[in-house]
Amino acid sequence: MRRVVSLALCLFLSFGCAPKKEDLNTITIWHWMTDRQKALEELAALYEQQTGVKVKIDLYAPSDAYSQRIVASAQSRVLPDIYGILDKKEIFASFIQSGFVADLTEEFQKENGAWERMLFPKALDVNRFPEGNIYGVKAGIYGVPLDVTNIQMLYNKKLFQKAGIKEAPGTFQEFIEAGQALKRVGIAGLVSGFGEMWLIDCFASNYAFNIMGEEKVMATYRGEVPYTDPDWVKVFGVFKELREKGVLADGVVTKPNKYAEQDFALGRAAFAFNGSWGVNVYGDMNPGLEYGAMLPPPVNPNLPMRIWGGAGSSLVVNNSSPRKDKATAFLKWLTQKKQQAFLARETRNLPSNRDALDSISPILSEFAGVMDFTTHPTIWPYNENALVTEKIDKGIQSIIIGEKSPEEVAGEVQQIKERELKKAKQ
Amino acid sequence: MQLKNFSWFRLQDHLKNFSFVLPAILIFCIFYIYPFFDIFRLSFHEWNGITPSMKYVGLQNLQELMKDEVWWQAMGHAAYITFIALTFQNVLAFALALACDREIRMKRFYRVVFFIPPVLSEVVVGLIWQWILYAGMQDGQHIGLLNYWLTQTGLPHLVHNWLSDPKTALTCIAIVHSWKGFGWGFIMLLAGLQTIDRQLYEAARVDGAGSWKLFTNVTIPMMVPVMLVVVILTVLGSMQVFVLVLSMVGQGLGYHTEVPVTRILSAMTGTNRFGYACAMGINFGVILIMVSVAFKWLSNRMKQA
Amino acid sequence: METNKYMVQRITKGFLVHMFLIIFAVTCLFPLFWMLRSALMTNETVFTDKSFIPRAINFGNFAQAWTEGNFGIYFFNSLLYTTCVVVGIVLVASLAAYSFSRLDFPGKNFFFYMFVAAMMIPLPGSFVPLYRLMTVLGLINTRIGYILCMINVGLSMSILLLKTFFDKMPSDLEDAARIDGCGRLGIWWHVALPLARPALAVIVIFNSLNVWNEYILATLLLNDKSLMPLQRGLMVFQGSHSVDYPLLMAGLTIAAIPIVVIYLAMQKHIVKGLSSGAIVG
Repeated sequence: MRRVVSLALCLFLSFGCAPKKEDLNTITIWHWMTDRQKALEELAALYEQQTGVKVKIDLYAPSDAYSQRIVASAQSRVLPDIYGILDKKEIFASFIQSGFVADLTEEFQKENGAWERMLFPKALDVNRFPEGNIYGVKAGIYGVPLDVTNIQMLYNKKLFQKAGIKEAPGTFQEFIEAGQALKRVGIAGLVSGFGEMWLIDCFASNYAFNIMGEEKVMATYRGEVPYTDPDWVKVFGVFKELREKGVLADGVVTKPNKYAEQDFALGRAAFAFNGSWGVNVYGDMNPGLEYGAMLPPPVNPNLPMRIWGGAGSSLVVNNSSPRKDKATAFLKWLTQKKQQAFLARETRNLPSNRDALDSISPILSEFAGVMDFTTHPTIWPYNENALVTEKIDKGIQSIIIGEKSPEEVAGEVQQIKERELKKAKQ
Repeated sequence: MQLKNFSWFRLQDHLKNFSFVLPAILIFCIFYIYPFFDIFRLSFHEWNGITPSMKYVGLQNLQELMKDEVWWQAMGHAAYITFIALTFQNVLAFALALACDREIRMKRFYRVVFFIPPVLSEVVVGLIWQWILYAGMQDGQHIGLLNYWLTQTGLPHLVHNWLSDPKTALTCIAIVHSWKGFGWGFIMLLAGLQTIDRQLYEAARVDGAGSWKLFTNVTIPMMVPVMLVVVILTVLGSMQVFVLVLSMVGQGLGYHTEVPVTRILSAMTGTNRFGYACAMGINFGVILIMVSVAFKWLSNRMKQA
Repeated sequence: METNKYMVQRITKGFLVHMFLIIFAVTCLFPLFWMLRSALMTNETVFTDKSFIPRAINFGNFAQAWTEGNFGIYFFNSLLYTTCVVVGIVLVASLAAYSFSRLDFPGKNFFFYMFVAAMMIPLPGSFVPLYRLMTVLGLINTRIGYILCMINVGLSMSILLLKTFFDKMPSDLEDAARIDGCGRLGIWWHVALPLARPALAVIVIFNSLNVWNEYILATLLLNDKSLMPLQRGLMVFQGSHSVDYPLLMAGLTIAAIPIVVIYLAMQKHIVKGLSSGAIVG
């Protein structure tokens, strides 16, 4: 008996201690894109055939679990050769400053910037730290965009017909009217994954840019304009109006985006606020869905509507990997026209390579057509403090459920903002 | 000489006894105590979770936490869920256990069936209940099963946006949580009921006690220890609920559905305040220990009485 | 007349009790049933057809889910992890609980309450230190690392249950064994463990449920697909098929069946185990 127990214990202890071999010919990628695993694996097999370099593609889902894993791995310094950082620019900067991310600038600028010129500038900007950025990161490009994306409004053409709406609304007023016309025939208006805070953030930020312009938004972030400013109250008021006019679908505040996507695909709501990745989801779920894309209808006719967009998913190279060059070479290969066209076709995403654009569907072209209107927090000179952002998003949820007025929310947000400004000064 | 021998023998004896506990303590120290001290240390720092350097801030995190209204609100929500679980879930579990303790037909069947919800994973439970409580229509029909049945059975005025109304959301979560958990209470209470000596009932009946008397004078006093175990486990389980919350309402509804663990997670991944999240974890643990000790004390008092 | 009234009373009472029990039995079975029902439908009908028995039955989803979700390999892993963790916990926890209950050494109470306290303090956020530690120990992405972590998760509860059980166990048999020349380890193996069978049944069930339904640690600690357990595969499957409900439901059903079967096989012992003193401390 004694022998059995000690044997078991020895086995237990010795199992984990097998030394690991460093395989210099295999690069490992960790990613979170469940919809792209199959296509990426096919490409990896092709790459091995062509170059002899083996690429191991590990998928981690859901994306929260992925981010936690990346943080934990960064601390333990066991990041893979290629990975993605699904977080704010500030955190991206922390990764770079901690030496976890390779600077790819030189690689991009080789041969007169051939690689850089191949990709959409908007997609690269997300991975770029300009000269004199507030994070103090050395200027350069640190990541490779796999695709480009933007988030805008979608509308269901058949439901429009049912409600007698002739064309997509061009102003916020028209949008409200359309929503009410839909409501009269029992169709829900706008659906979106407002149960995920970042989508609320995105929607609010679109209107903030439209109502007060970029400069004033940035001034607010710097603490020079208070959130109690009438323009900000107007931004929060957009949600109040949507609520009061009954334009929002039931239960929108507790919907994760996948349920919102399901609702739109099955024709349960006429409008969706969603990104270009939705094209793939809708296509899988309801191939016959007839829909179009439009910019969120502006409130202020004098300023342009800006939507979030840029790189959809970007990957970075681990700076301390012995296979750094091989990893970079693989990413370069992945962004070539042929591979990009394959990915665009298989996963219905917008390619980050400009030359691969001709292989996309009409609805994706609609998305591609508005890339000029895109902006993204990662390319702004300033970003709001995460605690203030949380307060804004939670406050907007309170407005949507009819619990608080825009003025109250503005006041509460400003309070947090002042507290955080004071803290930062200390 | 002899004394020395004796103590040597005793030491050896103790060492042998201790070696029985050693594997457990080793595993425990590595996988629990070490992370615990690390978290404790981090709770005095300001740190975003990535940079190699962190800033020591002393008790600042804890001070901020004490004034953090949302944190205490979240604690209140967990307490509300716990309250529903303690009353609704446990009373139900007890009633069902009582019913199954009798000589009735299909006893085995019920016993098996009532333990099905605890067997299912929280992900599955969240998904199915989300479907049941869904708000929204398709082709003029409710998608959510509850709303659909309400219209079908002629109660359309009860149709409600269950998960997106702050008045009902938390209660819905608490009920689903109770539904998932009552099997544990049921099975423990049933086990407890079966240990009660039947002769006690006989004796009381001979003394002329009716069934209500039997219940209050025999069943309840005999069940107190088991009930306390069930109560403590219910409190610990309900205070730490979060998978269910996330899968039913996401991050939605303002702060109305925040519970301590979701706050800890959002401090960690949403606002990247690792130190603060650790301070929350420590604070939460201390509160749970205090509650458990209070129950333990209460149970000792009741045993004496 | 009197007996008649009594009869009526008894029958109505029995009827009411059964009604009560049946209502709850139905709510408990409903999700399982609904999952199965939806798995047999197609994507077009799943949300619109609300009848209990689908009009057209489609078994293809199960086969498709099994192959697309790579469930074969995940299944094997989950079985392996569940078995190893449960066996590990039974050995480690019963050794410790036996010592806490029957043997003496300095600091005994301190160590025991340490385990009890651990049951109460959740460690959300412990994953970062844990991950760092596992890396240092070279246990990251190994089966043994995950198994040890999961053993730790169930340890406190199991020690507590077993100690309460051993405390109530009569010591005659142990004395007899001691006279027969059994050592401590011999008594633990030949006497204490067999007697503790009912309590062990509870521990086996409790920990199997835990391991089978776990995915957070698995995602954190394991890299290779070939090492991943079922729930983690299910999360990926859910991510890529969130739009195909019948297929998703088929996947969920496949993942739920084994644990329901384990439970059905063990359920006879649970009540016995619990009532034989494991919790009635």
